[in-house]
Amino acid sequence: MMEGATADPRLEPAALAREARELARTWREPEGFIGWFSRIDHKTIGVRFIVTAFCFFMLAGLLAAAMRLQLAQPRNTILGPDLYNQIFTMHGITMMFLFAVPVVLGFGIYFVPLMIGARAIAFPRLLAFAYWMFLFSGIFLYVMFLLNVGPDRGWFSYVPLAGPEYGIGKRADVWAQLVSFTETSGLSVSVCLIVTIFKLRAPGMALNRIPLFVWAELVTAFMVAASMPSVMVASGTLMMDRLVGTQFYNQAEGGDPILWQHLFWFFAHPEVYIIFLPAQGIVSMIIATFTGRPVFGYLAMVLSLVATAFIGFGVWVHHMFTTGLPQFGTSFFTAASIMIVVPSGVQIFCWIATLWSGRVRFATPLLYALGFFMVFIMGGLTGVMLAAVPLDAQVHDTFFVVAHFHYVLIGGSVFPLLGGVHYWFPKIAGRMLSERLGKIAFWPLLIGFNMTFFPQHILGLMGMPRRVYTYPVEMQWGALNLLSSLGALTMFAALTVYLVNVLVSLRRGAVATENPWGASSLEWSTSSPPPPYNFHPAPTVTGREPLWEPDVAERPVVIGLSADKRDVLVTQLMDAEPDHRKEFPEPTVWPFLTAVAVGGLYIGSIFTPWAVVWGAIPTTIGLIGWAWPRKGNQPRHLEREIAHRHRAAAEHA
Amino acid sequence: MPAIFQSALHPAGPQAASISHLWWLMFWTCSAVYVIVIAALLVAISRRRMDTRPSDGTLRTSVVTAAGITVVILFGLLFASVATGRAVASLGAAEALVIDITGHQWWWDVTYENPTPSLQVKTANELHIPVGRQIRIQLKSSDVIHSFWVPNLHGKMDLIPGRQNLLWLQADKPGVYRGQCAEYCGVQHANMALTVVAESSDDFERWIMAQRQPAPPPSTPEQQHGLQIVERGPCAMCHNVTGTVAGGRTAPDLTHVATRSTIAAGTAPNTRGYLAGWIADPQHMKPGAKMPSTGLSAEELQAVLAYLETLR
Repeated sequence: MMEGATADPRLEPAALAREARELARTWREPEGFIGWFSRIDHKTIGVRFIVTAFCFFMLAGLLAAAMRLQLAQPRNTILGPDLYNQIFTMHGITMMFLFAVPVVLGFGIYFVPLMIGARAIAFPRLLAFAYWMFLFSGIFLYVMFLLNVGPDRGWFSYVPLAGPEYGIGKRADVWAQLVSFTETSGLSVSVCLIVTIFKLRAPGMALNRIPLFVWAELVTAFMVAASMPSVMVASGTLMMDRLVGTQFYNQAEGGDPILWQHLFWFFAHPEVYIIFLPAQGIVSMIIATFTGRPVFGYLAMVLSLVATAFIGFGVWVHHMFTTGLPQFGTSFFTAASIMIVVPSGVQIFCWIATLWSGRVRFATPLLYALGFFMVFIMGGLTGVMLAAVPLDAQVHDTFFVVAHFHYVLIGGSVFPLLGGVHYWFPKIAGRMLSERLGKIAFWPLLIGFNMTFFPQHILGLMGMPRRVYTYPVEMQWGALNLLSSLGALTMFAALTVYLVNVLVSLRRGAVATENPWGASSLEWSTSSPPPPYNFHPAPTVTGREPLWEPDVAERPVVIGLSADKRDVLVTQLMDAEPDHRKEFPEPTVWPFLTAVAVGGLYIGSIFTPWAVVWGAIPTTIGLIGWAWPRKGNQPRHLEREIAHRHRAAAEHA
Repeated sequence: MPAIFQSALHPAGPQAASISHLWWLMFWTCSAVYVIVIAALLVAISRRRMDTRPSDGTLRTSVVTAAGITVVILFGLLFASVATGRAVASLGAAEALVIDITGHQWWWDVTYENPTPSLQVKTANELHIPVGRQIRIQLKSSDVIHSFWVPNLHGKMDLIPGRQNLLWLQADKPGVYRGQCAEYCGVQHANMALTVVAESSDDFERWIMAQRQPAPPPSTPEQQHGLQIVERGPCAMCHNVTGTVAGGRTAPDLTHVATRSTIAAGTAPNTRGYLAGWIADPQHMKPGAKMPSTGLSAEELQAVLAYLETLR
């Protein structure tokens, strides 16, 4: 299948153009109303994921603004306790389940196939299903919120507060089913990403040539697959306690409220790394591009990602240090929580070494990567403090922790993501974002962020607990809270500029070339935006930085994939040697219909356990329609296979 | 209201003092690390002369050295953390004062243990402790998870239904220390505070002797009318006043309510005006609180207030 780039007549410009036209027809996204619900291209779905997630980011930001308004003064009365408790819960849920995870997976969905030189993502219909589940979960949550049934038990939904006795009404059920929705979506995406990265890499992209962003997405996908079942067990058993009278968490009947905390945090701590590792991948790509050299210490970087993932599953108890666990046992989790600093430290040192040895170009994406260093490192250091059991006993569940994890999550994830949008916007939209507006947004964002969250460290040490809708005047927390609220206002203004930049550049930005930043990874070797079939001819790889290798012009390409059907080259796991061709499925509306059925099942089971039974019927119908074989295809393909074999036999003879 | 203080950085007891030492050690170490790393970053991005580009070998040595130093620092901090953990988890003196605290939505039920049941003392939302003596606090919950936290004295410990947690603390200086619930426990989590009064052992003995007495009989006709309303009206359904027939157990004990500095678990100061507002319309002061509106007339309310003021 791989041929020299010169001799073959199939590589003549005219032949290539003809084949490109045919590919465009084959891989075209369906049009029309039903077509819109049938699309399965990873770029379409990836953009949908990213845009939807950023919409939820804005909603959660508005909720945060409401909270900062309420807390700006002691004994403020803008929000009552019931609404405030719904709002802080909604803010947490939205940021974690509807923004952070979908957006990092969304970047993976869009860029992983492009970075590894693949035509498509594996299981595209499953991917479309995952998107619909994600979208429905968000709509479901916000409709419930508007109906005053928004969850109000915190994003952690501790029992017995969320159990049948104290979590009256349907609010805790909404939380549980939101989790079911988003985890179904997350697990589906993780399967697509793992299989894509393992089996669809361009020939030559051995494991040790995979771009760091793709490594980060791979590790993240494995973490999703390993951690989310834990919270699905938790939310499932909570639903059963609430709906059918099981007693998993009722201590009076032999259940245990602490079991909930173990199940929840066994998911929710790795969740932090799920959000954070892909962002590290983005930082690696940006630093390589804007220093003009590969990230220093590739092996150390990859091993750090993998080590972070493993250690990340061994630290969950540090969220439970005040539950009265034995001291000797907790010290292991202190050690693990401190140890996880080492791989993150190694990555930071490698990036600094890269910056040290390269020629730095101060474009906006790099600015956001530098903002990541300023903010994230501080969050990491306060994380070391929180790992110490005695110190955690003081600052746990105070604003110190609020400050800590916003430094980690906004610094470690949102700054790189905003940088990533700047970096990849030309590839996605075909136009450049304004550098000037990007820089105008950056500085107030950095300053506003620190103004908002730095004072919260001090507030926590001054004894201000989290999740309080009000505080007495005598506590002297007023001034710092006001400063924090003003910081939030600054961030709000900065993000508005950022949004304006995106909206204006979408129409009026300078038209982007294939590779406007002079980057090295494969997504920059195709047009901006890429065609539905991604590459033609499909590339091969001979080094870690494909577009910076000296042989980039005369590198072999993949030929022999059919242009009249969705042919994808499957390669081997270790060295990405060509293995076989696989025909990918056509667009279909069935994943959407299946998602509607599953969504109905999930929402119905808030009210009656019978929804699981009746909902199974349309779900099964959906899955049957989804997997229904296409008639006409088989004879045509069989015919072609036979002709191909005859030709091969004749050539052999 | 007395001077209210609630800060982890102003320790008033040995446990909080050990933790604050650990805090300052962590603070200075982490600050130094932050400054050094950011300085390295700034030097890295501001280098203009590219002819001095370091070799890969130099870079590798630098990264490995930095990682090595990180590991050494982390081991130091781990050691400090475990050592502090051992120091604050004192194994208990025989003569420790034992206090049971049970968390409720949204108030603290306090019982001073005594082997002689008649010498036990029940109160709510306010602890008195003798300075210089070890206190063994036994934490339980009657409903959801709460967390007991008086930052000037010690870190927090959760109150979990079906379990009993222990917290040892000691105050070294007389003073009034505020604490509040630190685990989200429902709609009025924000207004679930408690006061710890640390006083000399003589003052403490006087206080506990007084708390052991039943409520004094009312003297004026208005106060007597107030007692009647408390006993026969809605109050006795939930509240206890020892020495009267009011024997409810689901709300704070009111036997000596007038000696306490706050009402509704630290929501407001214990003055006649606030108390009147609280009894007349609890849902206004603390929306969602379990205390219902009592529907007392103005005259009845004044009588109840007059009686409650005698409960010293």
